[in-house]
Amino acid sequence: MSTELAAIVGKPWKKPPFVQRPWLRWALMIGFAAYLVAAFLTIDVNWSRVYEGLERGKQFVLAFTSPDFTSRSGDIWDGMLESVIMTVAASVVGIAISIPIALGAARNIAPLPIYLICRSIIAVSRALQEIIVAILLVAIFGFGPLAGFLTLSFATIGFLSKLLAEDIESMDRVQAEAIKASGAKWSQWINYGVQPQVMPRLIGLSMYRIDINFRESAILGLVGAGGIGATLNTAFDRYEYDTAAAILLIIIGVVMALEYLSGIIRERVQ
Amino acid sequence: MPMREAGGQKLWQRRTGRESLFHWVLWLIGIAIFAYCWQQISEATTWFFVWDAPRIAGDIWDRATPPKWEYITQLGEPIWDTLNIATLGTIIALLLAVPVAFLAARNTTPSRVFIRPIALLIIVSTRSINSLIWALLLIAIIGPGVFAGVVAIAIRSIGFCAKLLYEAIEEIDQTQVEAITATGASRWQVMAYGILPQIMPAFAGIAVFRWDINIRESTVLGLVGAGGIGLQLSASLNVLAWPQVSLILLVILMAVVISEWVSAKVRGAII
Repeated sequence: MSTELAAIVGKPWKKPPFVQRPWLRWALMIGFAAYLVAAFLTIDVNWSRVYEGLERGKQFVLAFTSPDFTSRSGDIWDGMLESVIMTVAASVVGIAISIPIALGAARNIAPLPIYLICRSIIAVSRALQEIIVAILLVAIFGFGPLAGFLTLSFATIGFLSKLLAEDIESMDRVQAEAIKASGAKWSQWINYGVQPQVMPRLIGLSMYRIDINFRESAILGLVGAGGIGATLNTAFDRYEYDTAAAILLIIIGVVMALEYLSGIIRERVQ
Repeated sequence: MPMREAGGQKLWQRRTGRESLFHWVLWLIGIAIFAYCWQQISEATTWFFVWDAPRIAGDIWDRATPPKWEYITQLGEPIWDTLNIATLGTIIALLLAVPVAFLAARNTTPSRVFIRPIALLIIVSTRSINSLIWALLLIAIIGPGVFAGVVAIAIRSIGFCAKLLYEAIEEIDQTQVEAITATGASRWQVMAYGILPQIMPAFAGIAVFRWDINIRESTVLGLVGAGGIGLQLSASLNVLAWPQVSLILLVILMAVVISEWVSAKVRGAII
């Protein structure tokens, strides 16, 4: 482009920067770069240890080509069954508890005091990670699947109630009012005005939560709360990579199956 | 619509007789499964501990309060490590997730038959295995420490980021891409000017969202030896130093709340 033409057309268009003030933009960029450098420098990697480990890493990857389902099949089967049992029981109980809490945490249905109580239950449940809850519950209730079951139920409440409450808050008021205008009692109002609107979402979220609960149940065994995690941990400790690979393959398989199944169920209800 | 005659009047029903029978059977099966699960759990439980639980909980509470505030001076470095694990892990994961997402998206993948399934397999397998399990595995391979934590978080996050990103790529407005193609742009130019600007907001949102999750996950990685504040937690738990445990839990809670606040602010600024 000749200079005269450029003068006529004017300056070429440039994308406006994300942060308008130049000094702030540069300060943010330099600050972030400085942080990254500092972060990288504080990680001291023992490269010789990594190099030694590469051999074990190769063995582990190779183990996936010949996973050993048989030699510890008893342990794998017991752990898997326990994980599934914990998942099912905790999902049922967790979902059953989270429905009333979700109703209480929806501002358009619940009065303010109940709203605040339910919201704080949700906040506590969401702030504590599963594994930390599991540690505390194992300390209180002893080793075994009961602690895992309680952990997963507790975590389900925070997840499901929050999302369900948001869905109830954004529902169509008109339909609910129509039911109310027909002289329905409170329970009828919830049953016919609110529930049909949020049901597909509730089913979708529940399926998703079952999926999460299964994945979480696979690690609760690390702190003694039952499930396949304990078996997996032993397999790693004994460097039995073929058994570990078999367990991981089963977990991936179950998660994929659950995802596929929940896809079908969600399609049918929506 | 199913109807039923009762005393000469037509009554509306939600389901036909056969359908409602089917529903009852389904409920029955569901309840039976739950009952079986509950029975298995209760068999594996030492109920004496459960009846004793309120006393134990009270005992732990008495030991854990007040938190040992002096101990906080020793938590500076673990918290810094935790932050680094989460941030560096997220950055590495994003770098790896972008190509995986482009290979997995129906409209950008070079081959739907061969490459897309591989990308989807990477997404599913990294997502379905918890970061603690990845950490266990990496510790066996590269030894304990912060580095194993970073790699564990990075691998675990690939699937999550790539899944959300490829869904965003599949939802882009195709007309803009066509407009760029029509100007005679090369494949890379189409990518840079047609696709990237459309997915940038989604990308930034995903990055911040995952960083927030990773802060939570990296606080417990130390339980298996992968660095961060979890190391202090497991050390304190092992010696039953409950005042330290309660302080560490408070610090973790603060970190989680702050990271949630930061991510909400940043997401508000982007979207």
